[in-house]
Amino acid sequence: MAPIVSIRDLRKSYADGGEALKGVSLDIEEGEIIALLGPNGAGKTTLISTICGITYASSGSVSVGGYDITNDYRKTRAMIGLVPQEITLESFQKVKDSLHFSRGLFNKPRDEALVDQLLKKLSLWDKRDARNMTLSGGMRRRVMIGKALSHQPRILFLDEPTAGVDVELRKDMWDIVSELRKDGVTIILTTHYIEEAEAIADRVGVINGGEMLLVEDKDTLMQRMGAKTMRIDLQQPITEIPAALASYDLRLDDGGAALFYTYDTRSERTGITRLLTDLNNAGLGLRDVQTSQSSLEDIFVDLVKG
Amino acid sequence: MNFYAIRAIYMFEMARTFRTIVQSIVSPVISTCLYFVVFGTAIGSRIQQVEDVPYGTFIVPGLIMLSVLMQSMTNASFGIYFPKFMGTIYELLSAPVSAFEVVIAYVGAAATKALMIGLIILATAHLFVPIKILHPVWMLSFLVLTCVSFALFGFIIGIWAKNFEQLNLIPMLIITPLVFLGGSFYSISMLPPLWQKITLFNPVVYLISGFRWSFFGTADVAVAISLSAIAGFMLVCMGIVWWIFKTGYRLKS
Repeated sequence: MAPIVSIRDLRKSYADGGEALKGVSLDIEEGEIIALLGPNGAGKTTLISTICGITYASSGSVSVGGYDITNDYRKTRAMIGLVPQEITLESFQKVKDSLHFSRGLFNKPRDEALVDQLLKKLSLWDKRDARNMTLSGGMRRRVMIGKALSHQPRILFLDEPTAGVDVELRKDMWDIVSELRKDGVTIILTTHYIEEAEAIADRVGVINGGEMLLVEDKDTLMQRMGAKTMRIDLQQPITEIPAALASYDLRLDDGGAALFYTYDTRSERTGITRLLTDLNNAGLGLRDVQTSQSSLEDIFVDLVKG
Repeated sequence: MNFYAIRAIYMFEMARTFRTIVQSIVSPVISTCLYFVVFGTAIGSRIQQVEDVPYGTFIVPGLIMLSVLMQSMTNASFGIYFPKFMGTIYELLSAPVSAFEVVIAYVGAAATKALMIGLIILATAHLFVPIKILHPVWMLSFLVLTCVSFALFGFIIGIWAKNFEQLNLIPMLIITPLVFLGGSFYSISMLPPLWQKITLFNPVVYLISGFRWSFFGTADVAVAISLSAIAGFMLVCMGIVWWIFKTGYRLKS
């Protein structure tokens, strides 16, 4: 199936010579959830803004649903809902009217039932007649999402949807995302939170300095990080690994005071129980045991720094 | 055509008008009444008739124009400047709307409001002085043309302005003097010959002159010239708006 969003060698440079995007290419499949990870200033927002029509690209092309975003902007924009990072709402507008307004902008006839349903789903029903300026930050964020969904987009862009959001709203947001996914909506989200990408994304893209460093299935990525290390602190330092333990992939460190055992959490047998028994049989007293996992965060930091 | 978008923006702008009804409608009416008290009654009683029209009646078209010009301009400029200032413009830029539709909605709403104010002032003036309109259809045409062209002009200012100071700069420093010197309160023929010539460079003269003609049948400049001046101004504004959206000037980078 043709990708629903196809980005080809997209570049964005500014008059002062700064480059926000240095030739980004990416295909996004219909119905998937892709998370774009990257530090501030990486180019995530510029990428989204270009696809949505808020900024011009310097070169390269983007097609949405098979249509070019410049020549067929009406068709492409009609498919897209955008929740920008900054919360910007018309202060005096009522919550309900805000959603109706957005739906109108996207050339859809007024639909009371749909807007009511959205308001309920976003826990905004009680606030439907309140003016936007009277709402709390979290509520405003919900209104922004409601506006983006008011015209039933096929593709939803969420730019840092959970930045500065309380736990409850974050959980709600994830629920909304998974519900939208059931309806077949493609979701592109940018985030700082790696756990967020882990929790809801199908694929993860890492972007930094205007370049896409990596795009991979989350599961593949997780597999790479599946390796876990167990550190075993010994009561008495040893000079070499006892022969009885030679069959394990062990490394002696910390001046002989600690053993490191690397294993795969995904395999059926991690070998931990057997190792501990064998350690005991070899007469080694244990002082402490701890395990650590290389997280998406480690990979991310490695990529961004490298 | 994205009619739903035009309607959404238009209705939003009109709602803004009615939400701020005192500021939007009551205040121009009050200031007009003050003009009548000062110029029409206090000073006007000492002024002879101008071109066979009592002075109080004579200033009515000029006063309407004064308000309509300012209102259409400030409404359109605020209408488009505010989303830029607040950041809500992102939605307009990412929506499937064309520049043409955006302009129709904003300019249409600003012109509607200015037209309403113009008619309210006319009705108010009628309470103070007797008014007879010789060419009502032309009167309305002049009014609508002025509303639309100055709303377009205001739209340009709103896009150009980077802050509130700039937003007020052109209306205050350029348009207000032009309107006051454009014959709102006097006939050009009352000026010394040199000033009569200089005044002809003031575009507002043509607006007020044509508009006054539709009331009393007398004008400082030929009606055809007045009409072409407004039409020309409108075309220039349209050209600039077209260029703004083509280049994304101060809207998109």
